Amino acid sequence: MTAPEAVTQPLLDVRDLVVQHGQLRALDGISLRVSAGEVYAIIGANGAGKSTLLRTIAGLHAPTAGSVLFDGQDVTSLRPERRARQGIVMVPEGRRLFGSLTVEENLKVGATYARPGPWTIERVYEMFDWMRDRRSQRTAQLSGGEQQSVAIGRALVANPRVLLLDELSLGLAPVVIQRIYGMLPQILATGLTVLLVEQDVSQALRVASHIHCLLEGRTTLEGKPGDATAEQVEAAYFGLAGAASATPPGGRSEA
Amino acid sequence: MAWVNAIIQGVLTGGLYALFACGLSLMFGVMKVVNLAHGDLAVVAGYVAIAIIAVTHVPVLWSFLIVVPVMAVLGYVLQRTIIQSALGRGALTTLLVTFGLSIVIENGLLQFASANTRGIGVGLALVRDSFSLGSQIQIGYLLVVIFATAVIVLLGLQYFLSASKYGRLIRASADDPEAVQLSGADYRHVFGIAAAIALGTVALAGIAYGMYSQLQPTTGTDTILLFAFAAVVIGGLGSLWGTLLGGVVLGVAQQIGAQINISYEVLAGYLVFLAVLVLRPQGLTARRTQP
Repeated sequence: MTAPEAVTQPLLDVRDLVVQHGQLRALDGISLRVSAGEVYAIIGANGAGKSTLLRTIAGLHAPTAGSVLFDGQDVTSLRPERRARQGIVMVPEGRRLFGSLTVEENLKVGATYARPGPWTIERVYEMFDWMRDRRSQRTAQLSGGEQQSVAIGRALVANPRVLLLDELSLGLAPVVIQRIYGMLPQILATGLTVLLVEQDVSQALRVASHIHCLLEGRTTLEGKPGDATAEQVEAAYFGLAGAASATPPGGRSEA
Repeated sequence: MAWVNAIIQGVLTGGLYALFACGLSLMFGVMKVVNLAHGDLAVVAGYVAIAIIAVTHVPVLWSFLIVVPVMAVLGYVLQRTIIQSALGRGALTTLLVTFGLSIVIENGLLQFASANTRGIGVGLALVRDSFSLGSQIQIGYLLVVIFATAVIVLLGLQYFLSASKYGRLIRASADDPEAVQLSGADYRHVFGIAAAIALGTVALAGIAYGMYSQLQPTTGTDTILLFAFAAVVIGGLGSLWGTLLGGVVLGVAQQIGAQINISYEVLAGYLVFLAVLVLRPQGLTARRTQP
């Protein structure tokens, strides 16, 4: 950590998180600190534990050890709906829209327990201009990218302080992915912090202010996107021999 | 004319069956719980009504103002305790738990209320009287009132589910309880509310059947639950207006069966039930499965 980051209290402080899925240790002592206003990207291959990490932060998995601190408060034992009301809101993998509800109803559900803030359904319609005309359609009639936009809108109207984005790019065409990630600056401009999980490394490197690479539940690389070479990222991503010693967890100064 | 009469009587009886069915359908549609204690809870509501009328002398028709809230609270508590704890352990567990509840209720009623049959509002003009259409058709006021009640309940439910905040949360929780949590809602509380509403309609069903016929500790499983199931399956699972359609089809089939031979009444209803299961298992109001 650089000096100014160490002084300010992180918005989200995850300490030594261990999550067990039966016999499998999905997360093995993961720590991360997300400061306000950051775009913190967690990258890693399939099964690295990225989604488990995000879901544990959202409260959907209970960790066997470790803690999650949000704005200095320990939220490890809080149920997911309590965390959402405090401002940790997740866009889940696979979008998970309410299929029998219309677009607008999906947004209304998201706004039910909203914190006060800049985001309203109206504002979401302004950001995604196609959405207003199709607000009374069922979400099943939308394309994948449109569904993803509704899922993001549903999270935004809750006025989160930290937005967790789980694999936004999953199953979407590259041009659609570009368009959705293109919305990120607008979202960040309202003062949100974003913690995202992405399998698409180049996409993550483009948008992130901080990257954190996982491999089999452990941290293999952490730092600013510019600090690590492509080779280092590749090694950390695939777990190639010698990578661990070249870039120990937290170590990035040599790059 | 006898056939017209059979059809009219069948349609009206369908209102009663829809009242039986809508709570069962709601609980299945939202929580995916097949509540085998559904009929027994209706009988409990009927007995509670009888007790309240005897003790407080409230007019029979207004007893529902007390019984419906009582049953709604019971529904919320049941859902938040034994049904919710069973939900996390697979679909079969809820079946076993509600089956157990059914046995407990039935035997509890036998123990504390005896096996005697009881009616509600026996001798009341509304229960006894009828009006004539032409020379051969006699229509009981009670059945008309029950049918109207069923339609009002279904309209109210539809309005609540489509337009209110909790209605929206109930539909969202039915789709994806986990995603609802991510929007800050406790799906367990939402399920509790859905169960409270379901048992509110069960209370009306119990009172209605107590007035239409007679209640006995076993009525819940051998009549109410079975007819509710038949109506739900015929109409289509999880569809509110399907329960009315299912109830009407069941009622008409029974009356037509009875017209042919009085001993065919129940059989005819089940034959239609079976035919729907074989030919159109998704029910008459087709509701395609979610993609």
